[in-house]
Amino acid sequence: MDFGPYLFFASLEGAVTSAVLALIAVGLSLVFGIMRVVNVAHGEFYMLGAVFAWYVTSLIGGHPAIGFVTALIIAPLLVGLLAAAADYLILQRIEYDPERTIVATIGLLYIIQQSTLMGFGPDARPVEAPFNERIALPWFEFGESGFAMTWPWGFSTTSYKLAVIAAAVVLLLLLWLVLSRTRIGLVMRATQLDKDMATAHGIPVAKVYALVFGLGAALAALGAVLVVPIQQAHYLMGGEPLLLAFIVVIIGGLGSLPGTVVAAVLIGLSDGIISVFFTPTLAKIIATLLVAFVLVFRPQGLFGKHLA
Amino acid sequence: MANNIKDIGRRQTLKTLALGAGAVAASNTLPGLMGHTQAASSDPIKVGFQVHRTGIGAAYGRWYDRTTEAVVARINAEGGINGRPVEIVAEDDGTDPKRGAEVVEKFATQHSCDVSFGTLFSHVVYGSSPRAGELKMPYFVVSEGHHVASGALNRYTLQPGITDVKSQVEAMGPFIAENLGKKVTMIYPDFAFGHDHRDYFSAAFEAQGGTILEKIAIPPTETSFTRYFPKIPRDTEVVYHVMVGPAVLTFVKEMGEFFGPSRPEIFGFIDSLEAVDLASPGLEFLEGTYFWEGNPRYAQENNSEFDTAFREAVGVDNNGASVTDAKDISTYGHMFGCWETMYIIKAGMEACNYQGPKDRASLIEAVEAMSDMPHSMEHPQGAKRFNGKTHQTFGHQYISQFEGGRLNVVHTTSIEDTLYEDEVDYTKQSF
Repeated sequence: MDFGPYLFFASLEGAVTSAVLALIAVGLSLVFGIMRVVNVAHGEFYMLGAVFAWYVTSLIGGHPAIGFVTALIIAPLLVGLLAAAADYLILQRIEYDPERTIVATIGLLYIIQQSTLMGFGPDARPVEAPFNERIALPWFEFGESGFAMTWPWGFSTTSYKLAVIAAAVVLLLLLWLVLSRTRIGLVMRATQLDKDMATAHGIPVAKVYALVFGLGAALAALGAVLVVPIQQAHYLMGGEPLLLAFIVVIIGGLGSLPGTVVAAVLIGLSDGIISVFFTPTLAKIIATLLVAFVLVFRPQGLFGKHLA
Repeated sequence: MANNIKDIGRRQTLKTLALGAGAVAASNTLPGLMGHTQAASSDPIKVGFQVHRTGIGAAYGRWYDRTTEAVVARINAEGGINGRPVEIVAEDDGTDPKRGAEVVEKFATQHSCDVSFGTLFSHVVYGSSPRAGELKMPYFVVSEGHHVASGALNRYTLQPGITDVKSQVEAMGPFIAENLGKKVTMIYPDFAFGHDHRDYFSAAFEAQGGTILEKIAIPPTETSFTRYFPKIPRDTEVVYHVMVGPAVLTFVKEMGEFFGPSRPEIFGFIDSLEAVDLASPGLEFLEGTYFWEGNPRYAQENNSEFDTAFREAVGVDNNGASVTDAKDISTYGHMFGCWETMYIIKAGMEACNYQGPKDRASLIEAVEAMSDMPHSMEHPQGAKRFNGKTHQTFGHQYISQFEGGRLNVVHTTSIEDTLYEDEVDYTKQSF
C-alpha cells in the first residue's frame, strides 16, 4: 500500500482503538477523580461486558441487531450493578483506604477472571455485528493525467467500525452532559471537590460512591459491547485495555475527563499508526515511555491540576 | 467495635491460612508416600497428561483431553498395558512454558507418573522438555514443532504420533508452487511454532523456484489483525497463513474484509481455523481456497473404517463437530496425535515389558526401535514412519479445498514427500 492510503488506513484503525479506549479510560478516570480509588479490576469489568454481550446475543435469536441492541443495554447495566455491589460489599468496608483498595481490587480482578473461566470457559466466542459492510475507500492524488481518484488494494474499512467511532463520540458527549448539566452530575462533582462538605450538605456520599463505581464499570462494559463484534469475548481480554487505560489516565491527568479523552485519542492513534508501520510491541513501548516522561516532567498529567 | 471486627477478621484469616497450608502440605506428602507402596503388578500405569485447559491453547486442550480419555478407555477395555490399567493424571499448564515445567515436575515427584504426555504448544514444549530430561521422565509431545527433530531437546523427549512443521511445509511447497503461484506472502504467529513455518517453508518454497515477498509475524495473543494486512505487497500471488490463539476466527474474518472482492490465492494451515465453525459469518470469501489438514475434519467419500471408528470413539460427527453439540468444533487436524501417541506408549511398554520407572530408559529404547506403522485402528490418521534417531514421526499430509462451507481433500502427499535429512541422533546421547 502507498504511504498516503497506508497512513490513513492506520489512523482509521487507531481511531477505533481510541474510541473504545476513551470509554474505558473515562470510566477509570471518573472512579479515580471522584472516589480516589485506583480500580485494578477495571479491565475485568470490561471483559464482563463482552461476556454478558455474548450471553445476551446467544439467548436472543432473530436478526443479530436485536440481540446486539439488547446487549448494549443489559450488559453495562448488569456490570454496573455488579460493580456497585462490589463497592458496597468490599470498598466501603475497608473505608477506601488507598493501599487496601488496590489489594482488594486486585483480588476482585482474579475473582471475576477465574469465575468467568469457570462459567464461560476458556474459548473466545464471537458476537455477530448488527451490520457489517465492507466499505472500499477511494484515494485522491495528482497523477500524470491530473487529479485522479484511485481505489488502492485493501484500502477499506467496515460500516461497523465507523459506527463504533460514532457511538463512542455520542456516549462521551452524553456523559459530559450528565456530569455538567444534571443534578446527579452536580452531586458527583460536589463529592469530588469536598467529601466532608458534601456530607454536611446532605449528599449521601456512600450512595454517590456506589453509583460512580457502577458507572465507571458500566462505561468499560459499554466499550466492550461495542468492540466485541470486532474482537470476540475472551476471559483474558481485560489485561491489555487495563494497561492502556492506566497509560491514558496518567498521561491525560488523573481525574481529568477532557485530558483522558485527548490522551485516549493520542494513544489510540499512535498505537494504530506505530503498530501498522512498525510493530504493536513498539507501540506499547513508546506509550509506556511516554508515561515515564509524563511522570518525570509533568506528574499531574497533561490536563491535571497541580496537587501541590 | 470496628477494631473487634478487624481482630476477628485477622484471627479467622490466620486460621484459614493455617488450614490451607496444612492441606497443601498433606497433598504434597501423601502422593509421595503412596509412591513407595506402588509398583505392584496390578497398579495402574500413570500417564501424566500436560493439558492446555486454559490460556491460548484451551480449544486444543479440550479436544486433546477428549481424545486421550477415549483412547485410554479403549486401551483399558482391551486389557490395558501389560495387564495393568492406564490412569491419566491430567494437569492444566495454562499454555504457559513456566507452568509447563512445573507440571512435569509434579508428574515426577508428586504423582509418581510413569511417563508424561500430550503437550501441544511449542513454547510449552521448549519450557518443559529440559525439566523432563533432568527428571529422566519420558516426555511424549504431540506438538508439530520441529524442536524435537532439530536436536534442540533431549533423549527423553519424543514426538512419535504427529508430524512436524518442517516435513509438513516441505510437502506443501511443491503443491503451492505448481498450482497457486510463485510469489508468496507469509503470515504466521510470532513464536517457536510460527518460526518453524517461516524458516522451513521459505526454504522449501525457494527450492521450488518461488519467492517469499514478505514475512508477517503476529503475536499469538493478538486480538485485532487488520493493521497487519497492509504489509502484504500488491504483487502477492498467494497468501500463506497459519495462526493460533483464541482470536483465529477474527484473524481470518479480518483478512476477508481487507481483501474484499480482489483476494489473491490463499493457502492456509487449518490451525488458523481449528475449533472454528467454517459456516461462521465472514468466512464466505474462503470459497475455493486451500488448507493443509493434519487429518481431514470432514469425513470424505472414501473415508477409512479406522477414521470412522476414531470419530465414533472420540464423539465427533462427520463434520468434525461434537456429536452432542454441533457448534463445538473439534481440533480434528491435530488431536489424532494423542490417540496414536498413546498407542505407541502402549506398544513401547509392551515391547520392553515395562514394570515401573526403573524401566523408563528401556521404554525409550523400545520406541526408538520402532519404524513403520501401518494405517490401522492404532494409527487412524494414516500410516507413519518413525525415525528413532530424531525421535520424530513422518506421515501423510492432506490438502483440502474449501467448497460450499466444507473442506474436501484434493491431494494427499506421500510419506516420502515429507522426509528430510536427519539433524540429530538422540540415540547417541546417554540416559
